[in-house]
Amino acid sequence: MSAGVLAPKRGLAGRSRWGRLRTGAGANLLRAIVSNHKATAGAILLLIFVFFAVFPGVIAHDNPQAEIYARAAAPSAKHLLGTTTYGQDIFSQLIWSTRESLFIAVIAGALATVLSVLIGVSAAYLGGGADSVLSLFTDVFLVIPAFPLIVVIAAYAKNGGDAILIAVLVVTGWSYGARQLRSQALSLRNRDFLVAARLRGERRWRIIVFEILPTMTSLIVANFLGAALYSVLAAAGLQFIGLGNPNTMSWGTMLYWAQNNEALQIGTPLWAVMPGIALALLGAAFSLLNYAFDEISNPALRPVGRKRGRRRS
Amino acid sequence: MSYALRRLGFFVVTLWVALTINFALPRLMPGNPAIAMMARFRGRVNGNVLKALEIAFGVNTKQGLVSQYFSYLGNTLTGHFGTSLTFYPNSVSQVVFSALPWTLGIVGVTTVLAFALGTLVGMTSGWRRGSVLDSVLPPVFVITSAFPYFWIALLAILLFPITLHVLPIGFGYSNTDTIGWTWHFVGDVLYHAVLPALTILVTSIGGWILTMRNNMITTLSEDYVRMARAKGLSPLRIMFDYAGRNAILPNLTGFAMSLGFVVSGAILVEYVFSYPGVGFLLLQAVQNEDYPLMQTLFLLITVAVLVAILVMDFVTMLLDPRTRSES
Repeated sequence: MSAGVLAPKRGLAGRSRWGRLRTGAGANLLRAIVSNHKATAGAILLLIFVFFAVFPGVIAHDNPQAEIYARAAAPSAKHLLGTTTYGQDIFSQLIWSTRESLFIAVIAGALATVLSVLIGVSAAYLGGGADSVLSLFTDVFLVIPAFPLIVVIAAYAKNGGDAILIAVLVVTGWSYGARQLRSQALSLRNRDFLVAARLRGERRWRIIVFEILPTMTSLIVANFLGAALYSVLAAAGLQFIGLGNPNTMSWGTMLYWAQNNEALQIGTPLWAVMPGIALALLGAAFSLLNYAFDEISNPALRPVGRKRGRRRS
Repeated sequence: MSYALRRLGFFVVTLWVALTINFALPRLMPGNPAIAMMARFRGRVNGNVLKALEIAFGVNTKQGLVSQYFSYLGNTLTGHFGTSLTFYPNSVSQVVFSALPWTLGIVGVTTVLAFALGTLVGMTSGWRRGSVLDSVLPPVFVITSAFPYFWIALLAILLFPITLHVLPIGFGYSNTDTIGWTWHFVGDVLYHAVLPALTILVTSIGGWILTMRNNMITTLSEDYVRMARAKGLSPLRIMFDYAGRNAILPNLTGFAMSLGFVVSGAILVEYVFSYPGVGFLLLQAVQNEDYPLMQTLFLLITVAVLVAILVMDFVTMLLDPRTRSES
């Protein structure tokens, strides 16, 4: 889909059918990840990045921002990926940047998901006028082009730091999930176990928190993965054009400095290539997990010939 | 008819929200950023332009917020977008309309191409479950769909102009050209469009393939497909007329959306290639703090999406009787 630059790539988790999933999804989730190749690959990738983010110093010993090495040096045993025009070690920068990129993705993804759940589930559960207003609100945010809006907000709030960046990503990233969660919650509304809970006289918030949300765990996780993927790419795009904070260490910022110093033309292409690969791998981790979740939830999509060998002619 | 009215209402509401965002954002930011912009351009632009800017951004004006809002709405709806500061003394409309054809040309063509190719490949891949095509393509495109567009553009530049010394590194045409409908100029424009177009194609085709494949698989288990098989129809006929035709419906909506997004298109790809389209213009406006131009571009992009959605709503109404009978 060429829609938007980054935004609507989340169609992958599109028409999930979580009907069969019962409560207590935690153990199921783990089992599902282990049994699906795409999910396993995604999870391992993600774990590696988490390790880089938490312990960057274990792998990269050089100070990533010190401008003390030979300038624009080619890769060598001492500098695995060479150095930048400023004399910084590229490998070290790459590893240390993981923290910021992953942090923004996870926080923005999580906050956007919380907002989706709040708005989507309440719209479905409250119904009537509240539903109409919340749905309209969601639809409006869904069609306003996200990336141009991000660019415009970031342009006004020059160098606002990570807080602004995350806020912008959340504001533009919640609506897709809210719509999905709303329709999922709507389909649950008249299920027997909810009717039973209502007849028992359970309070509204209890029904939502203890009856509805656990049933939707998997869709919520899928939404988080989609929102995190979107945040990785959108944040990198913003940082690349210089609308992030250029003094922090992240892959998007590395690309910004590489582009500003014409890294491709002056013979230090790794400066621009490696952060892109890192971004792509982190994105791929989220994307693989997301797609695997779609397969787990919609058995029709699973690769044929493995579990049930019934082939269609 | 009520369906049509509701969709029209949605169009109006969303347009109003976009207009209000434009109005409110600079005023909400701590220390109205427009003041800094004014300070930079004072003395460089003439008094009337500055006065108009002050009114547009609520600086040094005695008008109340409400009357500012209404005069802003009035000006925008009647097409008075003001003067561009980056391209002074050109008006914003002139600047935008000179960039529009470039984007419509390159992103428009690649969007249609990506949709057509992606849908066809996805359909075939879903039809032949477990074939080589089906086991190779989906995983590949799941991964490429996570690639940053602009990085693919950087790789393309590294590979072709820099390493292989073919194709230009950027811009829409050569400096030495005279602009006009000559074979030479058109050829040069096409030559310059190859790399950006390929970049957009490569990064956008994956989504179409994946969604079409998954739709196809879901459709293939429907009863009417089994019925078609039972009747002994030719496989090709079942693939296109029975399964494909229904599987493509959700994708058509997505296609309409992406046609709307053509205008905002590949902002970052245009930026990397310095391609003289709307996306590059938007980033130029941002970098020069040219807020009137930036606001107008955001509005234009939103309107393009809204119009595309509205048109698609009406087309859906014609194609799908269920939407018409819905209350």
